[in-house]
Amino acid sequence: MLKLHQVSKTFNPGTINEKKALKSIDLHLKPGDFVTVIGGNGAGKSTMLNAVAGVWPVDEGSVVIDGVDVTGMPEHVRAKYIGRVFQDPMTGTAPNMQIEENLALASRRGRRRGLRWGVTNAEREEYHEKLKILGLGLEDRLTAKVGLLSGGQRQALTLLMATLRRPKLLLFDEHTAALDPATAAKVLEITDKLIEENNLTTLMITHNMKDAIRHGNRLIMMNEGRIIFDVSGEEKSKLTKADLMDKFAEIAGAGLESDEILLS
Amino acid sequence: MSLGAYFASLSIPNLIGRLPGGVAQGLIWGIMALGVYITFRLLDVADLTVDGSFTTGGAVTVMLTLAGCPMWLALLVALAAGLLAGLVTGLLHTKLGIPAILAGILTQFALYSINLHIMAMHANQSVNPDKYALLLTGRHVPQSILVGAIFVVAIIALLYWYFGTEQGSAMRATGSNPNMSRAQGINIDNMKVLGLSLSNGLVALSGGLMAQYQGFADINMGRGAIVIGLAAVIIGEVLCDAFFRKGSSFWVRLGFVALGGVVYYIVMVIILWLRLNSNDLKLVTAVLVAVFLAVPYLQGQRRSSFRAAARHAAAAKKGGDANA
Repeated sequence: MLKLHQVSKTFNPGTINEKKALKSIDLHLKPGDFVTVIGGNGAGKSTMLNAVAGVWPVDEGSVVIDGVDVTGMPEHVRAKYIGRVFQDPMTGTAPNMQIEENLALASRRGRRRGLRWGVTNAEREEYHEKLKILGLGLEDRLTAKVGLLSGGQRQALTLLMATLRRPKLLLFDEHTAALDPATAAKVLEITDKLIEENNLTTLMITHNMKDAIRHGNRLIMMNEGRIIFDVSGEEKSKLTKADLMDKFAEIAGAGLESDEILLS
Repeated sequence: MSLGAYFASLSIPNLIGRLPGGVAQGLIWGIMALGVYITFRLLDVADLTVDGSFTTGGAVTVMLTLAGCPMWLALLVALAAGLLAGLVTGLLHTKLGIPAILAGILTQFALYSINLHIMAMHANQSVNPDKYALLLTGRHVPQSILVGAIFVVAIIALLYWYFGTEQGSAMRATGSNPNMSRAQGINIDNMKVLGLSLSNGLVALSGGLMAQYQGFADINMGRGAIVIGLAAVIIGEVLCDAFFRKGSSFWVRLGFVALGGVVYYIVMVIILWLRLNSNDLKLVTAVLVAVFLAVPYLQGQRRSSFRAAARHAAAAKKGGDANA
């Protein structure tokens, strides 16, 4: 479903701040794969996600989604294949607009936006039903401005928006990191539910090793712009936090001490 | 002159006589304010093109009318000229990476020359209401109010419809959260260009109506238009929030923005009636806009400022000492 082939990206090339953020990344995702991504700060996790989403063009290599080479497509064109949820709950929704308007914007992802009504009555009913899945009572507040919602509610809404029109690929960039533990658990639960129900291909970055182990069918670990560990299936389900720490020490070698804290 | 004599010299009938003219001009500026509202509030862009495009609208309308063009066509071309001016600003901003505020200033600056060319290199071109069939003129104020009101209502209806469509929603989303908009597949550059065009189209239309009302187009008629437009938007919003504390429908809000233009002009009429120096009008307007822009910020400050925090801390400490 997703193929990264020899993808490289260097920020500020030729300057003192030069940073080789991605070094020839190869990654293949099968349809229905739910991959969790871990790694220390600056390992290239977000950079890899942004390369897939098309936030900027990659320097080398290609990005293919469901057989379509999207390497040359800007972010807003690529968006038709991709559902995204960001770390900051404020990023994924338009605060000055109503809940139903935000959902309607998401349901037109990748379609031409013409002069038909922005939200139809049929859609309102659909959204009412879909918001019930979240279990947050948002279904009765369709015309409330999204800016009035809490971070957790906004993140849950963004999740629903990302999956409203079945995306070929779902990208999460530490989407529970800014939430309190209880809310984070709730949002993750909804995440699992939506992915399972729609059988979505997913890349999920997380700072939490336990989450990385518990969720998904495959786990990759990144370090210094490379994928250093890739485990799936039964092997993954047997993983423990200690295993991951050992693996990280074994493969990454030096630099563990500073990263150990980050991978708690 | 003593203060008593000054007040005795002010005649209330005189004020009442002047008010309808203020309302007519206020309605015309209300259309301009609706244009400014699109960029300033919906797109979150401060667009200074309007000082130039307002004059462009007036110049095009007057010159085409003098050339024997029917009025509806003259206004339509004025609108198109405004769209074009906004397009230039939009392209300077999105395709060439010039900050929006600077892009607007550049276009406005260039429009001064273009407007002079449109007006056949005269700084002023008049159009005689006796010779040409004008839609509205200062000589027939009631009719002008009616025409102005029809335009305002029609434009509000159109904007209400447009911003409810898929495309209009995408434009509002662009102003509200550009990152989210891109992630939802919206081409935010196109939306900005479109919004700037639409805004300046309305501003030019307003300029065309104003030129008819006053009977001439002047190269400086748009000077400071952005400030008047902002004043109208802000006055309208403050009034709207005062009347509808729980929030209001979008068309009500647009109505209040246009009303803001009328209120602004009535205030101007009163200032002139008080025989304050009319050269000070711009100073008064600027102060007014600055105050209204500052009020929400200062209110927030009053609720939570370091000074207040220090005061509370000091008070608590004193209370604690007294208890000890």
